Amino acid sequence: MSPLFDVSGIAFAYPGNSFKALDGANLQLFPGERLCLTGPNGAGKSTLLQIMVGLLKPHQGRVVAFGTEPKTEPEFREVRCRAGYVFQDPDDQLFCPTVAEDVAFGPLNMGKSPKEAMEIVDGVLTRLRLQAFRDRVTYKLSGGERRLVSLATVLAMEPEVLLLDEPTNALDEPTTERLIEILLSLPQAMVVVSHDPHFRKRIGTRTVRLTGGRIQGEAAEARNAEAAEAVA
Amino acid sequence: MSGGGVGRYYVLDAISEGLEPGRRPALTLVDPRVRILAVAVFAIVVVLLTDFAALGVALALSIAALIHTGLPVGSTLKRMIMMDTFVIFMILSMPFTVPGDVAFTVLGLDASWQGIDKALQIGIKANAIILMLMVVVGTMSPTTLGHALGRLKIPMPLVHLLLFTVRYIEVLYGEYKRLRTAMRTRGFRASTNRHTLRTVGYMLGMLLVRAVDRSERILQAMKCRGFNGSLPIIDDLAFAARRDGAFIVLTAGVIAALVALEVLHVATL
Repeated sequence: MSPLFDVSGIAFAYPGNSFKALDGANLQLFPGERLCLTGPNGAGKSTLLQIMVGLLKPHQGRVVAFGTEPKTEPEFREVRCRAGYVFQDPDDQLFCPTVAEDVAFGPLNMGKSPKEAMEIVDGVLTRLRLQAFRDRVTYKLSGGERRLVSLATVLAMEPEVLLLDEPTNALDEPTTERLIEILLSLPQAMVVVSHDPHFRKRIGTRTVRLTGGRIQGEAAEARNAEAAEAVA
Repeated sequence: MSGGGVGRYYVLDAISEGLEPGRRPALTLVDPRVRILAVAVFAIVVVLLTDFAALGVALALSIAALIHTGLPVGSTLKRMIMMDTFVIFMILSMPFTVPGDVAFTVLGLDASWQGIDKALQIGIKANAIILMLMVVVGTMSPTTLGHALGRLKIPMPLVHLLLFTVRYIEVLYGEYKRLRTAMRTRGFRASTNRHTLRTVGYMLGMLLVRAVDRSERILQAMKCRGFNGSLPIIDDLAFAARRDGAFIVLTAGVIAALVALEVLHVATL
């Protein structure tokens, strides 16, 4: 089975900073996987996700996405439509006045007509049980509602891969539970950055740890999760 | 983050958004585009009036509209007076700069009757227009206003500027409040000294840096959803023949009456 993403030998340092955030990181994502990415604060987890969709350019290394190696901005634009990125702070993601407009933004950019886009909006919101928020003003939603809506804005583009940056950050238990339920019901392969071991155990099929600028192989709990799956 | 805070600056939303359609004042049910155009025409006509009777009618109309929409009179007038602080110096200096018959003398400067007339005219015009604007356009939510301006073919960058401001002012205000709280929890009290100045400087600088950072993250998030430079606006604005037609006829009548008063006055001179 060929990987959806094959990232190898990535080195990256932020401008004006000699410290290498990433130094030879490798990551592969296969279809059907829910790959958890963990590691200390500032280890470069978000940086790696941003490199995967071309928001940042690595100094060294290769990004192969969906079997090709994107180089130019239009090529990465294509990658971004196929790999939906859910940002850590929903306030960064939700910028339209109303929920419906925000969810329609991606589909409209992909060339859907306004009518088709609104059908997608209703479909996605219904699927996530968020219909009630359709015409709500995004800045008046609660933190948990914002998170679920920002997931909806990305799912509306029907991506093949999801990249989630700390999706449970600042969520209460019922909302976390609801998010887990939604993520487990999705067919997409995903990379999930998370510091929460319980969350990782619930959703991950594999966990890797990023430290010292490299992926340090499988974390202990991943083996547990796989063992649990083998038993079940 | 919703509710209080910056929200208090657009109290007027409550009228347009909070009530059931049946209980809302008729004016706030009129199509937003028609309301914006009507106020624009009203403003242009009032600026051109010179007759005090016509100006008085214009101001009375604004006050009547205010009473009709049931806005809180006190706070609305307070906002109108805030605008007056911008023109007060022009109004005060007008009598001394317009040549004409001397009315009185202050410190060797002559004030003219013609100048006093002009100052009064400007004062009435400015207040009549700003009050009408607050009552007719200010009762829309900022989002509706943005949509209506977009549909009126106002340049898109301006509309987006308005909509992004509406969207992020609460976020930035929240960031400001968090910084302030963090400062207070460490015993900061503003006073007149270098420490306060430096601290406030740091805070404003930090707000600016965070705003720039955030704007970059927003752009990245938009790019991740295939942003290519154009922002679609989705709204459900629709003309309603009876409701909007009646409003247009009413506005045309009012404008015609103001013009008639003015013309009659000029003819009798």
